[in-house]
Amino acid sequence: MKRFPFADGFALKRKFVEKPASEAVLILGATSAIARATAAAFAARGDVLYLASRDEDELRRIAADLRLRYGVEVHYGVFDAEATDTHELFFKAVIAAMPKLTGVVLAFGYLGDQKAATDFNYGKKIIDSNYTGAASILSHCANYFEPLLRGFIIGISSVAGDRGRQSNYVYGAAKGALSLYLQGLRNRLYPSGVRVITVKPGFVDTAMTYGLPGLFLVASPQYIGECIVRSLDKSADVIYLPWFWRYIMLIIKHIPEPIFKRMKL
Amino acid sequence: MATLITSISGWGRYPVQSCELERPERYADLRPGADSVIVRGQGRSYGDAALNQNGRVLLTERINRLLEFDMVNGILRAEAGTTLAEILDVIVPMGWFLPVTPGTKFVSLGGCVAADVHGKNHHHDGSFGEHVLGLELILADDSRVRCSPSEKPDLFWATVGGMGLTGIIGEVSVRLVRLQSALMKVHQHAAVNFDQLFRILQDPDLDDRYAVAWIDSLATGKDLGRGIAMCGHHAASEEVPDNSHLDLKPARGHSVPFDLPAWILNSRSISAFNSRYYKKEGGKRYPFLSNYDTYFYPLDAIAHWNRLYGKRGFVQYQCVIPEATSFAGIHRLLEELSGSRQPSFLAVLKRLGPQGRGLLSFPMSGYTLALDIPIRNKGIFVLLNKLDEIVLQHGGRVYLAKDARLSAESFRAMYPRFKEWLAIKNAVDPQNRFSSSLSRRLEIGMI
Repeated sequence: MKRFPFADGFALKRKFVEKPASEAVLILGATSAIARATAAAFAARGDVLYLASRDEDELRRIAADLRLRYGVEVHYGVFDAEATDTHELFFKAVIAAMPKLTGVVLAFGYLGDQKAATDFNYGKKIIDSNYTGAASILSHCANYFEPLLRGFIIGISSVAGDRGRQSNYVYGAAKGALSLYLQGLRNRLYPSGVRVITVKPGFVDTAMTYGLPGLFLVASPQYIGECIVRSLDKSADVIYLPWFWRYIMLIIKHIPEPIFKRMKL
Repeated sequence: MATLITSISGWGRYPVQSCELERPERYADLRPGADSVIVRGQGRSYGDAALNQNGRVLLTERINRLLEFDMVNGILRAEAGTTLAEILDVIVPMGWFLPVTPGTKFVSLGGCVAADVHGKNHHHDGSFGEHVLGLELILADDSRVRCSPSEKPDLFWATVGGMGLTGIIGEVSVRLVRLQSALMKVHQHAAVNFDQLFRILQDPDLDDRYAVAWIDSLATGKDLGRGIAMCGHHAASEEVPDNSHLDLKPARGHSVPFDLPAWILNSRSISAFNSRYYKKEGGKRYPFLSNYDTYFYPLDAIAHWNRLYGKRGFVQYQCVIPEATSFAGIHRLLEELSGSRQPSFLAVLKRLGPQGRGLLSFPMSGYTLALDIPIRNKGIFVLLNKLDEIVLQHGGRVYLAKDARLSAESFRAMYPRFKEWLAIKNAVDPQNRFSSSLSRRLEIGMI
């Protein structure tokens, strides 16, 4: 596996400590490697966190770890992206635990595999977790932030959502839908001063990609997490991580369809 | 779980073997599975302890959460994949330190237990396992059990030093020690030959909580065994200029970006380096203050320093010779070494205290010598077999965490409590699921 030069991150820890703490962030899908690294980057700045995922044991472990390493307040609660009817109650519980919520990071997702293309019942799970579940919980978040005239929503989509390819277009379609959803949401919330950032990571060294053949320029979750947190200090609406994926995808998006359909990607 | 089939090695980069790697990210995914498996933390054992040729290797690098810290009693509970470096980052600013630390902080907590590592303070504080208050162990039948010196003590003392062969170490509770400053008060004593060096290490007036000696392994004749004893302790608050020393800026690190050609490290260049080092460090006659990082982990400042030895890698040979015969034994080893045409580039001598309760633990009362020998030709293995003989003649043993080539017979002769250990291993892992390249080489747990 080839790693790119800054694959292990910039060691930004000390820099973050000096910034005054201000945020209270909800992390949805907090047990993934990217989410864990993002949570750590927030915690290193001193931000308060609410971790949410299906796996309570993991949440307990990650929360304890963040408290000990960074001395910050960390809450956690069980959240199932696919159980959309529970989302309203869940979000109320988050607000009850952390009344000063200032931002949300949507980090859950499900890659699945090739089977999704031929077996819809399996593919549906990919669509439900990556898109339906995201649209559901984000609507509650957006409705909460809109009247407050503040807050941020960071959605972790994927470069796979930029163009449909035969190798994983069910996942790509679900992530593409999420990217469009975030784009619309950004448009809606702009007048209220709520920031919506779309993050499109390329290959990241996580359980999702571990052992997959043909990966190149693989970034560490720590690098991705640090960049996600730093994106709040910048103005970009859509960020590719690492940055060069913007150009890789620019090329891929501009290959004319008559040629693209003949390619094996 | 996704697997990655690739060739890996220990820190000595010999041997290199193809293994099937799994890297769980959830604690619940730490499971033995149906066939042979060995756990690998940071891969800092030197030989084949964390290799499983054509078998499964379970990486714990992402099972690294700190779980609980009792700040009154200094008791830390963490997942086995946590590194000592991560722990130090958290505990030193709070005024705590590890009770025992090996010469690198880039090792996992689980690895420290499995190899029952020792530090420069073994003659005072014993090995790592003696400060472990409890473990969560995942057994071959996928059951999770707690064990400690009082709860399932047999299993506990088979796991401490058990090289990961009794089960997966999941969580570790360890008792830390109090610190008044992050600085070390170090006193160095130069010795012109082995005789003098040995007497310095034995001298109770010169001894300190931590003591280690660097030996110029290329010095011969009347200089044979010349070196520098480095004794130190955690500086008390009255020994440091002010009390703001718990929070230290990390030293700038360097890295070896690629394999150096093997010829760069040769007897002449190392000999020149050693002479300079001996003059420079030996000239420090008065006690001085040092950062704990530089005192305990000098080589950690150079990432991938194992690449210095070139592509073929190196063997670290570490043995202990019991107190009664240690002077004669180590003198013999040094003679054999300088007489051979295999240069050792690093030699370290330490005093060890009484043997602990870990059944396969390495330390025993006496002196331990560690040698880094680059692999240039087959001759090195002939030499090492000769060293084994000397160690056996003097009633000593070789450290498994460093070993890549010991024979099954020598292993049995060196570790007399092996039978007792094997009975416990067979009871908890009758199918020998937890096995490694090392365990097969030493014919441990064969059915």
